Amino acid sequence: MGRKLLLEHADVPGIETFDVYRKHGGYRSVEKALKTMSPEEVVEEVKTATLKGRGGAGFPAGMKWSFIAKPEGVPRYLLCNADESEPGTFKDRYLMQYIPHLLIEGMIVSSYALGANQAYIYIRGEYMFVLRIVEKAIAEAYEKGFLGKNILGSGFDLDLSIAPGGGAYICGEETALIESLEGKRGNPRMKPPFPAVQGLWQCPTVVNNVETLATVVPIINMTAAEYTKIGTEQSKGTKLISAGGNVERGGVYEIELGLSVEEFIYGDEWCRGIKNGKKMKALVPGGSSVPILPAHLITKTANGDTRLMSYESLSDGGFASGSMLGSGGFIVFDEDQCIVRNTWNFARFYAHESCGQCSPCREGTGWMEKVLHRIETGKGNMRDIDLLADINKKIEGNTICPLGDAAAWPVAAAIRHFREEFEWHVTHPEEAVKRNYGMLKGVTA
Amino acid sequence: MVKVTIDGIEIEVEEGTTILNAARQVGGDIVPPAMCYYSKLEGSGGKCRTCLVEVAAGSERDPRPMPKLMVSCSTQVQHGMVVKNLTSDRVKEARAGVTEFLLANHPLDCPVCDQAGECHLQDLGFENGKEGTRFEEEKRTFAPRDIGDKIKLHMNRCILCYRCVYTANQLTNKRVHGVLNRGDHAEISTYIEKALDNEFIGNVIDVCPVGALTDKTFRFKSRVWFLKPMNAHRDCPTCQGIATVWMFGNEIQRVTGRKDAYGEIETHNGKTAWLCNTCRFESKDVAQWTIEGPRVINRHSVISQGHYVLKNPLEDKSTVKNLK
Ligand SMILES: Cc1cc2nc3c(=O)[nH]c(=O)nc-3n(C[C@H](O)[C@H](O)[C@H](O)COP(=O)(O)O)c2cc1C
Ligand code: SF4
Ligand code: SF4
Ligand code: FES
Repeated sequence: MGRKLLLEHADVPGIETFDVYRKHGGYRSVEKALKTMSPEEVVEEVKTATLKGRGGAGFPAGMKWSFIAKPEGVPRYLLCNADESEPGTFKDRYLMQYIPHLLIEGMIVSSYALGANQAYIYIRGEYMFVLRIVEKAIAEAYEKGFLGKNILGSGFDLDLSIAPGGGAYICGEETALIESLEGKRGNPRMKPPFPAVQGLWQCPTVVNNVETLATVVPIINMTAAEYTKIGTEQSKGTKLISAGGNVERGGVYEIELGLSVEEFIYGDEWCRGIKNGKKMKALVPGGSSVPILPAHLITKTANGDTRLMSYESLSDGGFASGSMLGSGGFIVFDEDQCIVRNTWNFARFYAHESCGQCSPCREGTGWMEKVLHRIETGKGNMRDIDLLADINKKIEGNTICPLGDAAAWPVAAAIRHFREEFEWHVTHPEEAVKRNYGMLKGVTA
Repeated sequence: MVKVTIDGIEIEVEEGTTILNAARQVGGDIVPPAMCYYSKLEGSGGKCRTCLVEVAAGSERDPRPMPKLMVSCSTQVQHGMVVKNLTSDRVKEARAGVTEFLLANHPLDCPVCDQAGECHLQDLGFENGKEGTRFEEEKRTFAPRDIGDKIKLHMNRCILCYRCVYTANQLTNKRVHGVLNRGDHAEISTYIEKALDNEFIGNVIDVCPVGALTDKTFRFKSRVWFLKPMNAHRDCPTCQGIATVWMFGNEIQRVTGRKDAYGEIETHNGKTAWLCNTCRFESKDVAQWTIEGPRVINRHSVISQGHYVLKNPLEDKSTVKNLK
């Protein structure tokens, strides 16, 4: 049984209300931080905990915080990224829906650490019902004196507001999020300047994922020294994983980093194996942007080591034979799933979500989607497969924001590991169409 | 001043200069193509990715190469930086890729496009494009639209450089011009087809690198290479009245701003000589202008290949000579 630091009380009835949450130890970290620690000490603690950002990129949160510029008389902002739109990822929603106060608590402590007196939660538009829940929790926190002026008599003021997005994946990219929050079109900005220097309204800003901010709570409560006892050498603490696809029991799980992938997929406590007794064919371990792994690279790395649920083990072997922990969107494919179809589906998502600012991403994602659609519907050529690989190469690294890379990687990885399947679609167009299970209406080879 | 080396040519420029502007100070072939950057428009650049260059050494202090190709229009030079543009195979490959991307959905309707002959995408394709296309898919299409009564938008040709959006933002006070939608379906729009009736909105035509925004008062009148560009000026209460008039015989067929080697409106009297709508659209009578004399088209476009070339090459820094 793994330890739970975030979801420990998630199924206590009424935990979404202030009183129940407080009764189960809620808001202790605010008391501890505001009454006994200086902001610098909080930053130091998070640094020592080596907390990696849970939004996907895994950038160390403490380090990000220490970069924030502190010019005299200029406000600083903390933004919570709750735009969660990466296919396969639904952990932030779970956390906000069931224990909204944990996020608020984390944001109070984090804002205190950064010296921010205004914080925002930017939440994706489709999460309107979650927004209502968080809104209610915020109102309670104000009422109880944990938000607003002079919190707990510490002299620290914090206002926390919610801003709903319009449902664009790109607004999860931190600078697009800032633009959107400013009321503009959600186009990513060029970096530098980084948000820590010029973010919201050109003021120093930190953007963190929901789970990152929530994790600050146990770190402060238990101290970094205790926190770092959990996990592996380079991946400390716990991580929320949203498991989906063809597993027996999908859902949001909190795991101790370092759990073996095999245990997670087949263990009774977790996903309980593949549905209908089927064999596993592939795994996307960290949301649609990360490279797909074929069966032989899932439970073992290319070196034959046991593959673990950790930043370093999942990326072991680089892109040749590894993947990434990413956002924790864990998608399992059984033997019946069509990799080409899935790759097309992902490509369609990126083509739809590209903001269209830079030419390689705008044109490349649309182009890849069209080529993949042709292959999937039995109209592909052998040269299309190399064409895809080449389009990929021309997008990767040449765009403003990482969405271009995120669109390129899954296609590259699918071709790398499942090339025969792409070729089979080209050589067996009629069977390829039949394999669509009628899901693509009106398509004939 | 900082020292930077571009394709083996050393130059000293002011601190804070971008790689692209440093290259422009050298001039000639080593200047990376820029389809979205426009020095007179604040915030422009970074989008088209045609100006990507390789930074082989970051600076004297930190001579490590930068792993990614950098956009020269938005990357500032550092002392001791070594930049490779034409001398980098990676750059050539990436730029060929960007060119292919920009042409993927482009209708290639140059024969009926007013911009043909002075189109930056034609130049880019000529220099970095391939003979054939690998894009076999259906192109995305939009119907041509009127933006007010003087400007035509052919969204099919647009490369989404955002120059016109910045122009509308920065030159006019009633902003109704922007981008709708995302990805390859993003489109330039005036939000519900609102006419842009601002005195300076005609400048979107001049900044557009392709034939997406064209002058309706000139549409289909002539191919630009049949016209004689003349420098001209007039007394105008609204703008500086400094223009190029494009003549056929003694008739003025169109009026544009005066563009430099990079297609940017020139600076006169310390200010960018943006043209007002009256000068541009409603001053087609020769009597309204003082004609100064013929204008050298300082670009590697088909116009400068015509018979209408000045004997005196003036300050010709362009690559024309290399094309002969
Ligand atoms: C296209 C794109 C979409 C993103 N979407 C999200 C998102 O929905 N949620 C999120 O937390 N981070 C997202 N990110 C990452 C953010 O840019 C940023 O790195 C993150 O919010 C930082 O938080 P962290 O350091 O706590 O992970 C996205 C990045 C890109 C490029
Ligand atoms: S990479 Fe794609 S999403 Fe990111 S800025 Fe460029 S066009 Fe927009
Ligand atoms: S219409 Fe022209 S200027 Fe405007 S974005 Fe398109 S290509 Fe650029
Ligand atoms: S000119 Fe630099 S990216 Fe377009």
